[in-house]
Amino acid sequence: MDDQPAIWAEGLTKRFGHVRALDGVDLELATGRLLGLLGPNGAGKTTAVRILTTLLRPDAGHARVAGFDLRKERDLVRRHVGLSGQFAAVDSYLSGRENLVMVGRLTGMTRRAAHARADELLGRFGLGEVAGRQARTYSGGMRRRLDLAASVVGAPPVLFLDEPTTGLDPHGRLELWAQLEELTGQGTSVLLTTQYLEEADRLAHDIVVIDRGSVIAEGTPEQLKRQLGGDRLELRTTPGPQAQQLANVLASLGSGPPMLDAAAGRLVLPVSDDPSLLPRLVALMADAGLSVSDLSLRRLTLDDVFLALTGRPTTPDRSRDRGVQSDDFAVSPTTKGAR
Amino acid sequence: MTTLVPTTAQRPHPNSFVRDVATITGRNLRRLARVPTLLAFATVQPVMLVILFNYAFGGAIHPPGVARYIDFLLPGLFVVTIGFGSSQTGVAMADDLVNGMIDRFRSLPTTSSAVVVGRMAADAVRNLFVILLMIGVAAAIGFRFHAGTAPAIAAVILAVGTGLAFSALDSWLGLVVAEPEAAGLAGLFPFILLMFTSSILVPISTMPGWLQAFAKVNPVTVFADALRALCLGGPTGVPVFQACAWILALVLLGVAGTALRFRHVGER
Repeated sequence: MDDQPAIWAEGLTKRFGHVRALDGVDLELATGRLLGLLGPNGAGKTTAVRILTTLLRPDAGHARVAGFDLRKERDLVRRHVGLSGQFAAVDSYLSGRENLVMVGRLTGMTRRAAHARADELLGRFGLGEVAGRQARTYSGGMRRRLDLAASVVGAPPVLFLDEPTTGLDPHGRLELWAQLEELTGQGTSVLLTTQYLEEADRLAHDIVVIDRGSVIAEGTPEQLKRQLGGDRLELRTTPGPQAQQLANVLASLGSGPPMLDAAAGRLVLPVSDDPSLLPRLVALMADAGLSVSDLSLRRLTLDDVFLALTGRPTTPDRSRDRGVQSDDFAVSPTTKGAR
Repeated sequence: MTTLVPTTAQRPHPNSFVRDVATITGRNLRRLARVPTLLAFATVQPVMLVILFNYAFGGAIHPPGVARYIDFLLPGLFVVTIGFGSSQTGVAMADDLVNGMIDRFRSLPTTSSAVVVGRMAADAVRNLFVILLMIGVAAAIGFRFHAGTAPAIAAVILAVGTGLAFSALDSWLGLVVAEPEAAGLAGLFPFILLMFTSSILVPISTMPGWLQAFAKVNPVTVFADALRALCLGGPTGVPVFQACAWILALVLLGVAGTALRFRHVGER
């Protein structure tokens, strides 16, 4: 599989009842790289991961994972992938070591090899001191690390991580990022789903943005950011004509067209990194005699990506789709999420 | 630095069904000893049932041809405790489903029936322990085997076999219901219905005619009668054969149903 991509998928389609969870998705992940699958709740990220790890069968489409055909060589695919789902799948009443030994045995290792591998990974993921404690006594971050360790017990060349940092505190997130970087540094190919642009930006070599089961953008993080403009200037003012006037006056500052929600008095302007930006902004507003109630300059978020790519924010869809779409529920576990 | 990429030494061998089952069984037995509710179902409940049923009903019910009610009761109570205990199997399966353990197992190159067979094997160990515990408690309040040692051993084996049928069916139920609390109730209700319409607590001859007709074909009656014949004496051939036939049929149904469901978890 040296010349083959770690993941190659074409036209993946999956429906749940009337909902098209995936609607013809193409993906490619080159060996040794990390692909960030970015999208809001219900976009189809989890469905894609579950199909590519053989947990779900696609209605249409073809895929090869680690060089094996997803339909015809399911067992070989399983032997070469690791999965860490949205919720840490560890047995709470087993110790960290027992969990890893169990997975090793179920991967086909001898008892001795499974124990050796478990100890190696416990040390590697910073769980050596709590290895003998039942997992139910672990913190959220420790459970996550144990789950990640469990997914690499068989040293899979292709690793799938479904929103691995959900529920982690900032420290835990940084730690996990470092571990992922080490994994890819050692040649493991990783597909990671996330709702955070910052995470995809930091970790991914390539990003695919999906929405409602379809790919809406792809490229390297640099390409995407260039396409969408770097930072965002966000202003709030009185709803109505004044907001429109503000948009007209400030349009020249933007690196792209302003996005105005006149009814809410909210204006978002893509801007490039430029030290003269704020002085120019103040001058323009003073000249026109305009005022704002709130102003912020911030990094691009997933919401901005969606606004720029689809013309609509992620949030209203998120609440409407919940309970209908197949993916990414906030509280219910993966298996139920896929029903 | 330790490496996370594959080396030849760590390359897994093909999975063996027996080893997969042994691994899953070991995991379930550990849980059995550590999860408080499971432990209670395996220890407190059987002892409680023996004592409560004997002293609550024993004064009122005098089955024909039996000196003490406990002699009549205990073989039936084997089936009751196994039936109640197996509802925890459905709970455990549903629990594994919602906590992602089933996904974990399915994403590994593990044989798909190993999960249900490992569940049944662990339940068999639990049931053997429960039955021996009940025999001990019952003996202290007057129970005796009347048919000799070999039939007594056969009774214990048959009771454990009955447990296999319940485990297989409750595993299936747990995956289908897919919600731990609901799975527990879904396992208990049908069993309570079958228990009261069987020969477990009272002789069938005391029931109204229409109920007798059902009670006679109720598999729980078949199990209780076969166990009773082995414990108390009397003809054992036909009842034991019938019980074994039921066990075989229910085990096949439960294992096939669970394995099939296991493969399609997450689909509509």
